[in-house]
Amino acid sequence: MLELTETWYLVLASLIFTIGAVGLLVRRNPLVMFMCVELMLNATTLTFVTFSKALNDVGGQASVFFVLVVAAAEVVVGLGIIVAILRRQDNADADDLSLMRG
Amino acid sequence: MRVEMLTFLLSAIICLGGALGVVLLRNTVHNALSLIATLFGIAVLFMSLGAYFLAAVQVIVYAGAIVVLFLFVIMLLGVDKVDHIEREVFKGERFAAVAVGVAILGLSVTALLSVGASATGQASANRALDPTAPDINGLAQAIFTDHVFAFEITSVLLTIAVVGAIVLAKRGGAVIDLEEFPDGPAVIDEPEPEPEMEQSGAELDATADDDATVEASDDSTEAEVGS
Repeated sequence: MLELTETWYLVLASLIFTIGAVGLLVRRNPLVMFMCVELMLNATTLTFVTFSKALNDVGGQASVFFVLVVAAAEVVVGLGIIVAILRRQDNADADDLSLMRG
Repeated sequence: MRVEMLTFLLSAIICLGGALGVVLLRNTVHNALSLIATLFGIAVLFMSLGAYFLAAVQVIVYAGAIVVLFLFVIMLLGVDKVDHIEREVFKGERFAAVAVGVAILGLSVTALLSVGASATGQASANRALDPTAPDINGLAQAIFTDHVFAFEITSVLLTIAVVGAIVLAKRGGAVIDLEEFPDGPAVIDEPEPEPEMEQSGAELDATADDDATVEASDDSTEAEVGS
């Protein structure tokens, strides 16, 4: 029986991060892109908690607390922007938003 | 140890399945529900790592608030939006995205496996985890002493985010005449019954015009008399 070490958790976190990153690059719907950002944030929080256990320090858990708050604020502002954009132009995906292109 | 391994494997399967669901499913509501699966699996992993408070917060804040916010926006904008996933801005875009993903995964996993079986780094110097006390005690002590400035800045961030979201999502309406409506926006007239009023208003105008001409002639006669 293999022993459950921190490396298992970290590999899982990097898998989730990779899936989120690929989804962010592949998908076009801004809402789904936001969900992929949430996946990446959660992968990093998992590594924070894993290192908190591995290094016996509560600072990793405190960092996760702040990451949670910033993620909540980011989602609120991002969804507000998406609602404001989609109210003006219907059925927009991320490639249609080229107003500020130089 | 066997129970821990089983817990890890089950929640890892839930996490990865949910993450793949977020990326691969076409319906946006299904994406949001898959995201809940991933967040729940990560909460279970937090518990197996001893972060009980963070596991509860993960379920309450993420699954209870953030995903519900996502679902609200999906319902507000309509669920029948088509994702043009097959449209490519430049050729071979999706292949490049997958290559980037493989690169990220390969680099991080190689780095992890090359250091051996456990994490490296310096063990805690001042805030060690206390296995006898609940984990929330140490967490609260760290947040309210070491990180108290960041905590206060966080409250400012949340206030700014709420104000910004309201300003962004507000419907741009007509400018309110505060002299006419001193109570503010709550007394704006609904513009909907306007066309109906127009017809009756035209009729009223016609009769009013008649009256006006009569009055005008009266005025002119009076003026003549006066002069």
